This record gives sequence, C-alpha cells and structure tokens, in this order.
Amino acid sequence: MSGTTIPPLALSVEHLGVTLAGRDGPLPVLEDVSFGVPAGRTLALIGESGCGKSMAALALMGLLPEGLRCDTGAIRLLGEDLAVAPPARLRALRGSTLSMIFQEPMTALNPVFTVGEQIAETLRLHQGLDAAAARAGALEMLRKVEIPAAAQRLDAYPHQLSGGMRQRVMIAIALACRPRLLIADEPTTALDVTVQAQIFDLLKTLQRETGTAILLISHDLHAVADIADEVAVLYAGTCVETGPASRVLAAPEHPYTRALLACSPRLRLGAAAAGPAPDLLEVPGMVPPLGQRGPGCRFAPRCELAGADCNHPPPLRPAGAGRAAACWRVGDTTLEAVA
Amino acid sequence: MNDVLLDVTNLTVRFPAGRAGPFGPRRHVHAVDGVSFQVRRASTFGIVGQSGSGKSTVALALMRLVGISGGDVTLDGMPLSALRGDALRRARRDFQMVFQDPYASLDPRRRAGALIREPLDLLEIGSPAEREAEVLRLLSQVGLPAEAGRLFPHQFSGGQRQRLCIARALASRPRLVVCDEPVSALDVAVQAQILNLMRRLQRQLGLTYVFISHDLAVVQHLCDEVAVMYLGQVVEQAPTHRLFAAPRHPYTWSLIAAAASHGAAGQAMRRRHLTPGEPPSPIDPPPGCRFSVQCPHVTARCRTEAPHLRPAAEGHLAACHRMEELGVPDFGLAEVA
Ligand SMILES: Nc1ncnc2c1ncn2[C@@H]1O[C@H](COP(=O)(O)OP(=O)(O)OP(=O)(O)O)[C@@H](O)[C@H]1O
Ligand SMILES: Nc1ncnc2c1ncn2[C@@H]1O[C@H](COP(=O)(O)OP(=O)(O)OP(=O)(O)O)[C@@H](O)[C@H]1O
Ligand SMILES: [Mg+2]
Ligand SMILES: [Mg+2]
Repeated sequence: MSGTTIPPLALSVEHLGVTLAGRDGPLPVLEDVSFGVPAGRTLALIGESGCGKSMAALALMGLLPEGLRCDTGAIRLLGEDLAVAPPARLRALRGSTLSMIFQEPMTALNPVFTVGEQIAETLRLHQGLDAAAARAGALEMLRKVEIPAAAQRLDAYPHQLSGGMRQRVMIAIALACRPRLLIADEPTTALDVTVQAQIFDLLKTLQRETGTAILLISHDLHAVADIADEVAVLYAGTCVETGPASRVLAAPEHPYTRALLACSPRLRLGAAAAGPAPDLLEVPGMVPPLGQRGPGCRFAPRCELAGADCNHPPPLRPAGAGRAAACWRVGDTTLEAVA
Repeated sequence: MNDVLLDVTNLTVRFPAGRAGPFGPRRHVHAVDGVSFQVRRASTFGIVGQSGSGKSTVALALMRLVGISGGDVTLDGMPLSALRGDALRRARRDFQMVFQDPYASLDPRRRAGALIREPLDLLEIGSPAEREAEVLRLLSQVGLPAEAGRLFPHQFSGGQRQRLCIARALASRPRLVVCDEPVSALDVAVQAQILNLMRRLQRQLGLTYVFISHDLAVVQHLCDEVAVMYLGQVVEQAPTHRLFAAPRHPYTWSLIAAAASHGAAGQAMRRRHLTPGEPPSPIDPPPGCRFSVQCPHVTARCRTEAPHLRPAAEGHLAACHRMEELGVPDFGLAEVA
C-alpha cells in the first residue's frame, strides 16, 4: 500500500489505558496504546497470548469484563470518542456502526435460533426492516458469505453447520448492517488452513464492497500478512511497533517483532523445499503477568539487545515512513544506517 | 532389526450414524477408510488434512482408544490391533499420546509430579523411589524446574502445560509418541519452544513420532514423511521434501495453496489451486474419488471409479486417475519472500 494516499482514519486509538481493579490499587492492563485504522483498510493487532489484544478489542466495543476499566486516552470512531460515550450510545453503535467477530463462533451464536433468524434480528434491530425484508436481507448475506445452498441453510441451527460455515454466519451477522469498523478477534484460529484462506479472501472481498475498516487480532503475523495493510504489535500491554504490514514483515524494527517473526516456521515450496529445517529461533521466557511488569522497557528481560538504558521505558517514536517503534536501539541502528 | 517401527495396514474406523429413516439401512461415518502407512524408527511421520478428514481418529485407533473396524496395526512386530486386556495394558508403555488441549488432558486436582508419575504407577514401572527420581529427570528433560512438580495444572502457562504433557507421555520410555495437534493451541513463540523440545528429545531418545497438524509449515519443519488425508483416506504420501517440491494430488495443491505465503505469488496460487466449497458428508460417501465433488479437474471416470494410491516416484504415492496428465503445478513462483 506504499505510495498511495492513506484514507482518513475510521478508528483512532490515542494513548489508551486500561486497568484492572486490584487489592493494592489498579493494575495496568493496557498502557498508552495508540494506533489507527484507515477506512476500508485492515490493521492487524499482533502479540503473544496475554499481551492485551482481546482487552483492547473489548475496550473499543465498550464490553470490558467486570473489574477492568478504560481510564485514560481516547477511542475515536469516525471522530466520536467512544471512551466517554454513554452505555446507551455504545449499544446503539454495536451491531451497526461497530461490530465484532469472536474467536469461538459457537459461543457467540445462539443455539436455539436458526442462522436466518439471527441475521434477520440484526437487520430488524438496527435497520428497522420488517420481517419479510429482514429475511430477504439475511438470505442475501448468506449468499455474500458464500454459504452453499444458502436458501436451505437459512433455516439451519448453528450446530448443524461446520466450524467454517459458523464463522461465515458470524461474518454475515457482523457485516449485515455495513459497519464502519469490524473487529475480528482471532477469527480463524479454530479453523483449518483451507477455511482460513477462504475466510480471509471473503473478508477482503466484502471490505472492498463496503469500505469497512477491519481490526484483525492474531498472534501470528505471517498468518495475517496477506490481509493486513497495517500492523500494531503489542507487548505486555504496550504498543511496541506500528507500520505498513509489508514493511514491518520485510524489516521489523523492534527486537520483539523480529523475534516473533523468526520463531514461526515458514512454508518452503518448490526448489526451496529441499534440505532439513534448522531449529527455530526461540524467545526465552514469557510475557510478564499483570502486576509483574518492570519499570523500564517491558521486553528488556527477554531482549538480547537490552542494556542499562532500557530501565527507562522507551516511547513509541517515528522509525521511517509511516512507521514507529518503541525501542532505544532503533534510533541507534537508524543512525548507523544513515552514517 | 527392521527399519520400520509402526506398520499400519488397511486401517478402518466406522462410527454408527443412525438409520436413514425409521426403516432405512444403518448408516456409518467412514471416519478412517483403508489407511496404510509405515513409520521408520526415530523418524517423524506427519498427517495433514482438512478438519474432519480423520486425522484424530487415526491417532486414537493407533492408541487403541477407539474401536478398530478393520485392518492391522503392528508396532515393532507386535500386533497392537489384536491385543486385548492385560496384554494391551502392558504394551501401552511402548506407545503414548500428546493431545492438542494440554489442559483438558490433565486431571486438575493432581499435582504435576503425580501426573507425570501416573503412567509409571499404572504400569508398575520401578520402585516408588525410582519413580520419584524419574519424575525429576523428566521435568528437567522437558525444561521445567524441579519445583514445578508440586504445582497444579492451572498454575502453569499453556506452553508449560504442554511440556508437562510431554513429560508424562515420555515417562514410560515409549518408542512411539502420537501427537495430535500438540502446538495448535499455543501462540507462535511458545510453539517454537515446544517444536524445538520435541526435536531435541527425538535426537536424544531416538523417539518415533506420528505428528498430526493442520499447519503445513509446522509439519514441513518437523516431519520426514507426510500423508495427506481427505475424507477418511490417504490421497497422497511422500517424503516431506518431495511433497512440498512436487505434490501430485489436486487436494494437496489446494492445501498448499491455502497455506502459501502472502504476497502476489501466494494469491496467484490460491486463485489457481484453492478449491472452493466443502467436502461431502462422511456418512456413506459416494463411490468414485471422494475429492471429485470439489476437484476442479474432475472427469466422468472420477465420479464412478475410486482411484487407488499408486507410485508417482520413489517413495511417493498419490491417488488420482489424472496424475500423469496433470503433472506438477508450478510452485516455483510462490517461493517464500
Ligand atoms: N476477565 C479478566 N479479569 C482480569 N484479568 C484479565 C481478564 N481477562 C484477561 N485478563 C488479563 O489481561 C491481560 C490481557 O489479556 P488478553 O485476553 O487481552 O490477552 P490476549 O492478548 O488477547 O491473549 P490471547 O492471545 O491468549 O487471547 C492478561 O494478563 C490476562 O490475564
Ligand atoms: N465418536 C464419534 N462418533 C461419530 N462420528 C465421529 C466420532 N469421532 C469422529 N467422528 C467423525 O469422524 C470424522 C473424522 O473426525 P476426526 O476427529 O478424526 O477428524 P480430524 O481430521 O481430526 O479433524 P480436526 O482437524 O477437526 O481435528 C468426522 O466426520 C467426525 O465428525
Ligand atoms: Mg485474546
Ligand atoms: Mg482432530
């Protein structure tokens, strides 16, 4: 996407802070997280388990679990700050302007209603369609998400569909009202590669049609590389790197991003398939649990480049065109490269 | 000593699926239908395929955890599929399993040390003192501290729990370890740790693995040989380097295209080879090639006559009538950036 002008931001998250109420005061869950998703584009939010990806998504939806609250920063959806919006306003936005696909489609679908009823319900609620129009709309959505024999499947219950088809139904519900922002939390982790590729293709096709901005959550940057235009990498509740997906993938700036990319095996095809695979790079240690984050750079205890200066938390600083990274070393290497 | 440790011939597993109507014939899910393969000692044999293709059922059948409807499984000359009762119980020390969900496969009320010791207790291996020493050795072997033995499963991270499951599977010093999606529930960083651990243990202990995964990159990384399953049958089988260099079955092409790298080359490959739609129902599947419903290269013959696995090259088998005619797709352009 380099070279083209970036469309206006559909979502802009600015210095977002989320805390968990603890016995000894609030514990930081997300700290000073900033990223933006342009209209019609996809931003992938990447990070290991426990880094705060789902909490970021739930904060945007106004659905943080009990005990967690969003206490600093702004969440601007088309200019409106959701962080301070009243609950009634958030309810009205959810399902229409703003919608979400969850990791496990079975838990998000209602087992006692047919998939047709569930899509139609969204259309009735948010677009005020009558029953017949809503049913017709539901059928159209099932066709859009490429469910075979859509007319029959309208009357199927969720348990009668495969995992891939259920996720398609979730997408149909989430996109029924043409939201401006779709949040997809690991939408394909529970599915196999073939279905994953089909679902990503589908999301892209629908995005081209509707101009929806997508926030896609994953722990695997390679897996979402094809669909993401931009990425934001989270580590222990802080944003450590942002930038265009292709460039971050080709030349990650932050040591954590580099480590994440190096530790997953890459498929080698054709002539490249010959020869044994070397051992994978490992990132030693693990993400610090809540309440055990150090005062400096969160990644320093696992970072091979860490030094004394890393005791001060590095801010997210510009690192080349459209890119930013939070690492004291990044400035150094840029200087070296320039010199 | 024979080079082959595990020999699977014509393995078939069917599950009852009710009747077609009140007076209709009894129907069956043909979960595994005539699967044959051999696994060499100290090697890793991968099984890939779409969800529902029968991978886990093969694993459970090898472990004798599901009833076998037909065929033979032989472990180092011992006819596993024929063993019953006490003979089967005693044989179990030689083959163990690691599951996808490390949490569900551990008793939450028992401490890690007791969980690792359990197979030794059940199989009455060693004295109690020897078993305790063995637990400590196993903990260190999988990279867990000795104190971890006193913790409960919920006190471990996902990756640590999988280490615990591996330690437990290794306790009886098995020769064969069947791994069903052992890293699929883990994030990429933890996955790398577990994959490296599995490779190190294989080198150290001469272990033989059957490794099931839907992640082709992981399978390529770990396996010496790979079988591709579709709707209960093996449609292609080859040494790993051959399967990814010169795959011969259109279903394998679709699978590889789905997993191919990002970028224009990967997209071109998906446009050409990724098959749309879903596999047919595994309940009494139609005659002919099972992939014919989805295959872009289908002919009339494919719909009526089932293709058998036949040699495509040295050690390389594929089941497609049109194998010679279709040749090998040009994956050169999809090389990873
Ligand atoms: N309901 C909750 N109450 C308190 N803390 C929670 C709750 N849910 C999650 N956390 C904590 O918040 C932090 C961020 O969790 P989050 O679920 O956002 O991680 P994630 O990046 O989505 O991980 P995963 O890849 O495993 O889904 C973690 O330390 C987690 O333990
Ligand atoms: N106990 C059972 N009773 C009836 N049918 C079953 C049973 N177990 C599995 N099946 C069916 O057998 C087929 C093969 O299932 P299996 O679990 O082996 O697939 P798999 O390849 O492991 O899939 P996944 O990648 O989703 O784990 C499926 O159609 C499944 O629905
Ligand atoms: Mg999450
Ligand atoms: Mg399975």
